[in-house]
Amino acid sequence: MAVSTDPIDGTRLKEQFPLLSREVHGKPIVYLDSAATSQKPLSVLSAMDDYYRTINSNVHRGVYMIAEEATNRMEIARALVRDFIGARSSSEIIFTKNATEALNMVAQSWGRANLVAGDVVVLSHMEHHANIVPWHMLVAEIGIQLRWIPLDAEGRLDLTDLDSLLNGAKVLSVTAMSNVLGTMNPVRTLTDAARKAGAISIIDGCQSVPHSTTNVQDLGADFLAFSGHKMCGPTGIGVLYGREELLEAMPPFLGGGEMIRDVRLDGFTTNDLPWKFEAGTPPIAEIIGLGAAVEWLNGVGMDNVRAHEIELTKYTMSTLHERFGDRINIHGPSSPLERGGVFSFDFDGLHPHDISQVLDQHAVCVRAGHHCAKPLMKLLGIGATARASVYVYNDTADIDALADALDATGAFFTL
Amino acid sequence: MPGLEDLYREIILDHYRNPRNRGELETPPAHRVEGFNPLCGDEIVLYLDLDADGRVADIRISGQGCSISQSSASMMSAAVKGKTAAEIDDLTRAFKAMMSIHENSLEGAETTEPIEAPDVKLGDLEALRGVVKFPVRIKCATLAWNTLAQGIEEASA
Repeated sequence: MAVSTDPIDGTRLKEQFPLLSREVHGKPIVYLDSAATSQKPLSVLSAMDDYYRTINSNVHRGVYMIAEEATNRMEIARALVRDFIGARSSSEIIFTKNATEALNMVAQSWGRANLVAGDVVVLSHMEHHANIVPWHMLVAEIGIQLRWIPLDAEGRLDLTDLDSLLNGAKVLSVTAMSNVLGTMNPVRTLTDAARKAGAISIIDGCQSVPHSTTNVQDLGADFLAFSGHKMCGPTGIGVLYGREELLEAMPPFLGGGEMIRDVRLDGFTTNDLPWKFEAGTPPIAEIIGLGAAVEWLNGVGMDNVRAHEIELTKYTMSTLHERFGDRINIHGPSSPLERGGVFSFDFDGLHPHDISQVLDQHAVCVRAGHHCAKPLMKLLGIGATARASVYVYNDTADIDALADALDATGAFFTL
Repeated sequence: MPGLEDLYREIILDHYRNPRNRGELETPPAHRVEGFNPLCGDEIVLYLDLDADGRVADIRISGQGCSISQSSASMMSAAVKGKTAAEIDDLTRAFKAMMSIHENSLEGAETTEPIEAPDVKLGDLEALRGVVKFPVRIKCATLAWNTLAQGIEEASA
């Protein structure tokens, strides 16, 4: 038996996540839906609770001590996020509600200022609705055109015609990792091709940023969007990274307090970056929570997170294939090195609702449905899939539990 | 703790494996209506042929979905053939009452009052009574009925 090269002990890490010690239907919970949202370590929960208990006050406004502390802690969190993704300046880190809002912000704010009827935006067939719908809205509002990078049989992007797809395009907007197929896309190749064609590049980092080291200089992306709640942070906080020159030139997204320098009866001027894009009272507790999540992940080490996931992916693929053979079909690339730990699967011809219902009886949490990727589902010719996904706190026992529960599912629905 | 046997009665699995009235009808004269489950993953397409009296002369079901949504649709199709819009309305309300859905309250919200249900025989549909113990799946069971109501309204307009 090969020596495990997994630097992370998922079983030990579980201890830091209060929710993972609870039971469901009298059994220990097996949480395999981190692609939907991640669990939170105690340090994140404590940071948010501590904020509310000791320094809760509005930021950028107060002269009094706790207001200054709150402002300080928030901006420290921003700097942590900046360094986490290798951005040059805190001015390039915009806090949003989530990645969906971040993508809408680019489409609306950058898009409406820079795109006219007939301009081309290139997406891919594997995109999440958050990176499709805002562009459909611009098609209706401005009359832009959409082109789509197709997929190959393994669920990777088919880049054969990339240059001709990008010919004359203004925007390339793609995911770094599919939330359905687990496919990890060659981001640098894509952003280089976009730059060569004179297009800006936007990367959906929702699945990639929480699961491996991210460096926006290496990625070469003009914009990157991701959500805090998928990376051990709270819900209600997302990040838009944008290159400073682009953000400077963009008109603001939402208008109100905080994002202004001056407001008169006849007009207003905007605040400096990043606050130009952060209207109103920010989700202060959530930002601090995200900062704590970044610190926690830094403590684990993002390279270790990825290494752990590769080991778990190998274990998952081999376990499920060995135990179920033809009865199970796992979508996406077969090589564990080309994919993240997201596994959409078909099993025994059963509907995902029914699979996840039986799995729930065994306290195994997986997702069922379209995963906000209906065009991809249609392409795959399926109505819906069940999806299991792993993160830093999962271990091989979780995968064994999944396999056992699938066994039970198959048995339940057999005559 | 509700067991899966409460949810997946044999009759439900029978309708799932052998769904009645599958297929399509020519439109027009039939009316086509689509429905999507907010708990995503179930899609239904109904073809309704209403005669001059507003009775469902014929009905077909297409689309894909889970055992609950498909069996409910299958049972529904058998139950509504030959019925008038008023009879279907009574049947729908009786079914939804069984699903503990009160017309006037939020879907699925708990109500301590017993729900007024028309005195209608539900027949095979009684098998879906167990769905109530799995609230997330109520939307699966009611998908066909909501789609039917929408279709009848559209066809009668």
